[in-house]
Amino acid sequence: MNSQTFAKITMRVYLALFLAYMLLPLAIMGGAGLNNTRFPSVYPWVGITDRWFIDLWNDQRMWGSVRNTTWVALAVVFISVPIGTAAAILLNSVKPKVRSFLYGFMVAPILTPGAVIGISTLLFWNSFGVSAGLYLSVLGQVSFVAAYVMLLVLARLQSFDPGLEEAALDLGASHGQVIRRILVPHLYPAIGAGAIIAFFQSVENFNVTLFTRGNSDTLTVYVGSKIRSGITPTINALALLLIVVTVICAVTYEVLRRRAEKRAAALVVAED
Amino acid sequence: MQELIRRYGISLSVMMAAMTAFWLLALVVIPNLVLFKFSFRLYLPVDQLGGPNDVYTLKNYVTFFNSPIHINVFFLTILYSSLVTIICLAITYPLAYILAKVLKPTDTATFFLVLLIPLWVSEILRSFAWFIILSMQGPLNAILTGIGLIDKPIRWISGFQSVVIGLVYAYILFMLFPIYNAIQALDTNQIEASQDLGASTWRTHWRVVIPHAKPGIASGCVMVFMLCAGSVVVPTTLASTNSRWFTEIIQQWMFEGLDWNVGSAYAFLLLALCILFVSLVMRVLNVRLVDIAK
Amino acid sequence: MSEDVHLSQICMDFGSFRAVNNVEVTIKPGEFFSFLGPSGCGKTTILRLISGFMEPTQGAVKIGGKDMKGIRPNARPTALIFQNLALFPLMPVWENITFGLEVRGVSKEIRRAKAEELLQLVDLHDSADKRVSQLSGGQKQRVAIARALAVEPKVMLLDEPLSALDLKLRQHMRAELRAIQKRTGVTFIYITHDQGEALAMSDRVGVMSQGVLQQVATPQEIYNNPVNGFVASFVGENNVIAGKVTSVSGGMAQFETAKGSFQAKLGAAVGMGDEAKLFVRPEFCSLRPANEAKVNSIPVEVTEIAFEGNFVNVFVRDQAGDTHMVQVQNDPSVPPPAPHTACQMVFNPESCMILSEAATSRHGH
Repeated sequence: MNSQTFAKITMRVYLALFLAYMLLPLAIMGGAGLNNTRFPSVYPWVGITDRWFIDLWNDQRMWGSVRNTTWVALAVVFISVPIGTAAAILLNSVKPKVRSFLYGFMVAPILTPGAVIGISTLLFWNSFGVSAGLYLSVLGQVSFVAAYVMLLVLARLQSFDPGLEEAALDLGASHGQVIRRILVPHLYPAIGAGAIIAFFQSVENFNVTLFTRGNSDTLTVYVGSKIRSGITPTINALALLLIVVTVICAVTYEVLRRRAEKRAAALVVAED
Repeated sequence: MQELIRRYGISLSVMMAAMTAFWLLALVVIPNLVLFKFSFRLYLPVDQLGGPNDVYTLKNYVTFFNSPIHINVFFLTILYSSLVTIICLAITYPLAYILAKVLKPTDTATFFLVLLIPLWVSEILRSFAWFIILSMQGPLNAILTGIGLIDKPIRWISGFQSVVIGLVYAYILFMLFPIYNAIQALDTNQIEASQDLGASTWRTHWRVVIPHAKPGIASGCVMVFMLCAGSVVVPTTLASTNSRWFTEIIQQWMFEGLDWNVGSAYAFLLLALCILFVSLVMRVLNVRLVDIAK
Repeated sequence: MSEDVHLSQICMDFGSFRAVNNVEVTIKPGEFFSFLGPSGCGKTTILRLISGFMEPTQGAVKIGGKDMKGIRPNARPTALIFQNLALFPLMPVWENITFGLEVRGVSKEIRRAKAEELLQLVDLHDSADKRVSQLSGGQKQRVAIARALAVEPKVMLLDEPLSALDLKLRQHMRAELRAIQKRTGVTFIYITHDQGEALAMSDRVGVMSQGVLQQVATPQEIYNNPVNGFVASFVGENNVIAGKVTSVSGGMAQFETAKGSFQAKLGAAVGMGDEAKLFVRPEFCSLRPANEAKVNSIPVEVTEIAFEGNFVNVFVRDQAGDTHMVQVQNDPSVPPPAPHTACQMVFNPESCMILSEAATSRHGH
């Protein structure tokens, strides 16, 4: 065996080990949701059961937290996507000095610990008499999620030819029409990706929510309190469900992406 | 601003400016200023507000500096966050290089698709997974005793080792993605030119690939360090009594002590730490903020 | 100073696709040799085989008589100049140039001196501490050459390095490259799809098509005596007439076509009775009054005049409706015939060739 094949094999092994490292813990956690033991574990394996799923189904608090999480995530998407998009467009047409100044403030929330965002949001709105609750969680999450949307849209704007706007204006379009018919359609992929990321960031969020939620539960807070107070495999059942949903989303996304790619390739061939 | 108006008209420009202003002022800048202000005020009963005791003071910070335990926890948080950052960097740099320059692009795409799963599962579940694995009766001890490597189960969830394990697992992808992006943008000819001129593999990485990947490395380090130092979930799940995290102390002030003023002072210390780390990384690696946040 | 490069029966397969088929050629020490061919002909693959980024499926690459099998790019006595130059953007010019010395552990003072010396050689003064991004296209070109020369390669490999430059600069850099090659005496192997570049710079040219080396010869030989229709039409313009060889004597043959009977030189791979094509360069054609009787003439009518500056392209149509091109020197005292003039296109038997049309193909073996 020469040194090149050895290097190749080493690389493959490394990649495989990393994938195993990323996936096995999830498999173990999900698997424990099916095991018929009181403490969540895959070892020893007692037998498959659906009792943890039934327990989960009957847990009213869980259903409440799912409703809350969905509500918060949708609100975050509907507020942060327009804000992030507007900020990116604005950033793209200001002087370089102003640009880098604003940019610093815009990315700062990404580099700020969630706990700090949560506490500062809580204190700020409290001074206006708004007490902790899911509204505050939404505002706290928007402060950093909008930054992700802004970055995505800004990247997409790099490939936009401002000449198109001028052409549309020259043809008699209003400014509103220019944005609606020329700019926003170009930004659709970034806005779509931004919306998906905003949704998932919100669903996943724990730190900001923890300090702003008041007495309401979201899914992550629910899981957190379950872990602290008496662990049962219902959490694993929930985790398994979430993993399955994630896998379905990822596969759907990839299938759609490949189909779009094929269509684009077919278009190129047709044009030739 | 003039260009904005020229391109999109006055009303739309004002609307976009207003949305941006709401975000930056009401959600980012002023809340942090309020936090800062709060950290210099005292927690007082309602009837004393506005009274002679309602003054600006350093007392909340003095509380921190007078508590050896809290100082200790603060520095241990820095120490172990740095350790996690270094571990993540060491694991992901070769990985990012292989994915960007060795593997076929279609294979790389599939690899990242699979990685979406752990990325989209929330960090609380990911640390819970390690709680199960590392528990006394868990699969890790079962395997290790099974193959005879150890005689009796080890208490893994003890000290900082379980926290470090959990943090690495929770945040390693935030190191992988930026480094991958940076290396992927490197012209492969640069690597070949270096080899052609006689450089060894190490030398090529040291002089060509790593300098190019620097912004990605900086970005990954900043993200991982910040997420670690500010992590609430992982220490809550995987720490034991002899390993406390700085965020746990902040939580104590906020929820148990109900002293939001001391809490905000501690939160501000955490924020200051992160700002310091970002500027340190920017200085050491000689990169700009635009390179870090992409 | 320099070494010969021997490509011995080289084949290179990518899956079922044979990119290089049985190439056999020896490039002499100190020679300026060009591989010329259209994109996809396998010339870049050959370069990568010599530099060591690929190993041939069959055959051997020998440099200075030594088989290069298993020797990695960083250990071969070659230096490659990339199409996009691949200068390191994060290093100043002088570190770029001496990178090859740095990795060999040469001290900083010596490297700095060497950089200055090489910058002199490529006519680039006071640029040692500049950043690569501050240089113009031609200056980057020179830095890339200096960087490759710094490691004192026995063989220099160049992958269309001039293709990104504008026409004027490209022509200037041709002369420059040629001069540097003569000054250093290093063997240059140059890859290009630009026939003008190959002809102007090279001692010898290898024309490639579909992975096969079609012809190896001096530029004059390639242009004046191409071995087949591919080489003839890839290098320069031609008027082409299909027909059949009817008699052969010495190197000359009689060629029967629908447009008449012609005398021409007989090309390599063509013999008595073969269907083939007659190739004649536009500059070897001339126009004569219609009534003059001549050998090798076709009655034509002028359709269009294209003035190119130093010469004039006259387009003519024969009775079958086919268009030919006649190239004449620009001479105000002898203006070309006006459109619609009836005349005849004539050419010397010594300056036209009968060739098989097709190139030797990838799967021909």
